[in-house]
Amino acid sequence: MGVASRFILRRRGGKGWHWTDIVTWIWLIGGLIIMFGPAVWLAFSSFKTPAALAEFPPSILPYVTSQATVEGYDKPLQLFDTKMPDGSTRVLAEVRRIGVMSQMVDPKAPGEIIRVNMNDRTPVRTVSFATENYTEPFVHFDFLRYLWNSVFVTVVATLITLVVNSMAAFALSKYEFKGRSLAMLVILATLMVPLSVIMVPLYSIISSLGLFNSLWGVILPTVATPTGVFILRQYMLTIPDELIDAARMDKASEWQIYWRIVLPLTAPALAVLAIFSVVWRWNDFLWPLIVLSRRELYTLQVGLSIYSGELNVQWHFILAMTVVTMVPVVLVFIFLQRFITTGIAGTGLK
Amino acid sequence: MGEIKLTDVNKSFGSVHVLKDIDLHIQDGEFVVFVGPSGCGKSTLLRTIAGLEKITGGEIRIDGKRVNEVSAADRGLAMVFQSYALYPHMSVRQNLAFGLENSNMPKTEIAERIAEAARMLEIDQYLERRPGQLSGGQRQRVAIGRAIVRRPTAFLLDEPLSNLDAELRVSTRAELAALHARIGSTMIYVTHDQVEAMTLAHRIVVMRAGRIEQVGTPLELYNTPANRFVAGFIGAPHMNFLKGEVSEAETGAVTLSIGGGHKLLVPLSGHKLSVGDKLTVGIRPQHITLAGDPGSLAVKVRLVEALGSETVIHADLHGEKLLAVVQGQKQISPGDEVHFSIAGAPLHLFDGNGLRVKAA
Amino acid sequence: MSTTSPSSRLGALLMAPVNALMRIVDVPLRGLQKATGLGGMAAFFLAPNMLIFGIFVLLPLVINFVYSMTGGTAFFLSERSFVGADQYARLFTCADYLDPMSCQEDAFWTAVGNTFWFVVLQVTLMILTALITALILNRDLAARSFWRAVFFFPVLLSPVVVGLIWKWILQRQGLLNFMLYQFGNEPYTWLTDRNWTFVATIGVSIWAHMGFYALILLAGLQAIPKDLYEAAEMDGTKPARVFWRITLPLLAPNLLVVVVLALIRAVQIFDEVYVLTGGGPGTSTLYLTQYIYETGFASALRNPGLAAAASILMGAVLVVLTLFQLGIGRRQENKGKR
Ligand SMILES: Nc1ncnc2c1ncn2[C@@H]1O[C@H](COP(=O)(O)OP(=O)(O)O)[C@@H](O)[C@H]1O
Ligand SMILES: [Mg+2]
Repeated sequence: MGVASRFILRRRGGKGWHWTDIVTWIWLIGGLIIMFGPAVWLAFSSFKTPAALAEFPPSILPYVTSQATVEGYDKPLQLFDTKMPDGSTRVLAEVRRIGVMSQMVDPKAPGEIIRVNMNDRTPVRTVSFATENYTEPFVHFDFLRYLWNSVFVTVVATLITLVVNSMAAFALSKYEFKGRSLAMLVILATLMVPLSVIMVPLYSIISSLGLFNSLWGVILPTVATPTGVFILRQYMLTIPDELIDAARMDKASEWQIYWRIVLPLTAPALAVLAIFSVVWRWNDFLWPLIVLSRRELYTLQVGLSIYSGELNVQWHFILAMTVVTMVPVVLVFIFLQRFITTGIAGTGLK
Repeated sequence: MGEIKLTDVNKSFGSVHVLKDIDLHIQDGEFVVFVGPSGCGKSTLLRTIAGLEKITGGEIRIDGKRVNEVSAADRGLAMVFQSYALYPHMSVRQNLAFGLENSNMPKTEIAERIAEAARMLEIDQYLERRPGQLSGGQRQRVAIGRAIVRRPTAFLLDEPLSNLDAELRVSTRAELAALHARIGSTMIYVTHDQVEAMTLAHRIVVMRAGRIEQVGTPLELYNTPANRFVAGFIGAPHMNFLKGEVSEAETGAVTLSIGGGHKLLVPLSGHKLSVGDKLTVGIRPQHITLAGDPGSLAVKVRLVEALGSETVIHADLHGEKLLAVVQGQKQISPGDEVHFSIAGAPLHLFDGNGLRVKAA
Repeated sequence: MSTTSPSSRLGALLMAPVNALMRIVDVPLRGLQKATGLGGMAAFFLAPNMLIFGIFVLLPLVINFVYSMTGGTAFFLSERSFVGADQYARLFTCADYLDPMSCQEDAFWTAVGNTFWFVVLQVTLMILTALITALILNRDLAARSFWRAVFFFPVLLSPVVVGLIWKWILQRQGLLNFMLYQFGNEPYTWLTDRNWTFVATIGVSIWAHMGFYALILLAGLQAIPKDLYEAAEMDGTKPARVFWRITLPLLAPNLLVVVVLALIRAVQIFDEVYVLTGGGPGTSTLYLTQYIYETGFASALRNPGLAAAASILMGAVLVVLTLFQLGIGRRQENKGKR
């Protein structure tokens, strides 16, 4: 224990606490709370019933008030911890309330009505996860459909991104031809053309191609990403040209060289691009919002935002679906965090 | 089945003219070595033969067939690269099989050929390994194996030994010579190391700055270098060059005066030299001996390298450097004055353009 | 003899149909290669990318200019009438040039103003926090990659999720009010207060993106050679002086890149704000991208031409920033060569 804490709390030079050590730990602990806290809070909340969500002050864990069916009463009755006049505490069920007085019965002996002051009782609450928040939207709100749309867009767009951009990167890194530097220049120059600048004309192109209200209209404009070409090309430049010459001497066609030699050797860069593409496409919002106007075509992000913008927000469903939307990204984060962070540090890509 | 003929071959990269008017005829079964300093165009010449570079002028014929427009894959040649260029993501077996699969060879025959080559090169134990798990020498064998299984009309080897350590290089060199004797296919071998060239080649092609300087057997190049460049390039240590002037020209011999007023009588039949012609005299360091005779060249010793079996003496002859390799161990130290004898040494004369002064 | 693991055998099984497909594809491609040579193959490999890129990026870029000079509510160019510079004129028509509210398109100028202040405040604060975070992460910490992950976590979250997370926290019954309540404050409806929503959009976007910039700065810090610090220590240099004289100057190029990148992204802010506040209350968090989006698509008085004109103005700002960034990159490359 001592060793562990000394290791975790090791300080500059090992002598005493410097003020920077204190700042460091405040920053780290504060960061931990601020960065994870909100998401954790949301995840906890997603298991609460609508009633619990409306409570203030809120509880951290999802509680529900306990009820019991008592002989002689049709409806289930709510249970309370009740302080009895003799000072003991009993669990009683409330039959009805008149003013500040409450009529209660012991569920085990329902014959006798006990009157107690309202302030002498507190509801019995148990932790209970409202899993129907998760199951209901899939049945009633097409969320399964949205989930499928999101998965489709993400997977297809990522596959096309990998193929199309690796082909271009191959041409731009391993062939000498006229216009190569022009192509590179165009790609470099448009590295930063954001959707927000071209959304109006892009919409008209998508409509004239008949891709409005089609998942392909969401997919196609995103797949020829200059960033993708750029990082793949940088990586392919490190593959020795002699390897390609060797393959040519081995009677490989150019397509085979691409498919059997260059692509396998570019695997690390392809993996980085694939991860980023998955995160990008999964998270895309504005463009799907523009292209998709029919409910059954919504992606998760669009569906979530539309439902959360409705007048009568059903927070219990929204929170649960937010968690569902978050899960793949959190999984990617947990398993590939190191890979992603080194990828970003290496390429400045986001 | 492996005759290669180059006629007037030229190659430019943009405005850089790399190969200039190359004419070369390689016979079937020959072991030809391209040698020359770095950047002289040896690799480029090899790659144009391979079909990896398109020539910008001239003609290449393989077995009489013009191949200028034929792609690398269809020329029937195999190449061993300096970096070996083994496919890192494939096992040794897959590396060997790749080229055969591409020509749609039946699986059984592929397996046979791989087994045979593996046995020949003693790489059977490594067939399932990746190149990354092999030592440099093993990789080198796999690279050669990849060429052998193809049974090419000719092997092209670009500095295949340069990534090996010195000891391995010598043993592999011998194995390569044995391999050639066994297969008998044409081999074209590129190196910048003239020792490799001398030991391996039937014929050596000496190149400089995109041109062929001389083609000949190792001993032809050693004994009668066509010009000063070849003379200096072939043989180690390099040939000594001294400035000289024709002081007497008779039929059958000339007398040259060199630094310090020394006279050299050079037998030379049918020459066209006349008194006053400025020449360069070449003497190989091994042909110089130490002499007690004060009539021979008196030189000042600058540096002595005692190698045990022989002694290398760096000396000064009136401002010109002179190197001698003498047999045995000598008690000489820098600063000493010694006498060099070149009596009976073959002398090479080069004219003002560096060309050999030929006997008629 | 061969020792294949089950997983690699499974991989081979999965790849078999793909490989078969590739062999089939190879047949016509070999023909193409015979016919057109390596140059033709290069064009073939480049074509799909260039085609998609041309249709969905370059073409819209060009059309955007045409759009900005036409009027009407139709989306098809053929149904739009040429109006010259009217759309731009409309954006720039104001009764009093010092008062955005007097302009004909007051929403545009509100959005410009909001975006300007957002960019200035968000980028400044975010880069400052990112720098501090990077400096702290660069210390000799145990479990550094864990701490790095902590700050990086929100970066991968979708903007919609980010917006919803914070909408939930800033709710009347939300976590923030709960915490303030512990100190005796009454619950407050943050998202209906013009000033607080503006602050919230800045805070939330910093929360969501800071980790990314911290990561790049951390990489920059780690690239500073250790021996410089050791030399400084040998000279007995004070830590503050080390920071100002060694760390900061050597980090400056990274810092500059990061600032420009952050500027480019901040100008385009939309997704998380749209979910969090919807641009409101009123127009207090209406930023440029949302203005373009609503003018182009959403609002009842749709005017794609006006949206295009506004997007071109925004594009011009981004182009300047991008050129600046490329310039920095070029200069650093040259420095690296020297
Ligand atoms: N692809 C190329 N583009 C331009 N110049 C080249 C290219 N390949 C080789 N060269 C030039 O051609 C000359 C000969 O190169 P090379 O054949 O590799 O020399 P060697 O193998 O004899 O060392 C060098 O000056 C080199 O710079
Ligand atoms: Mg070479």
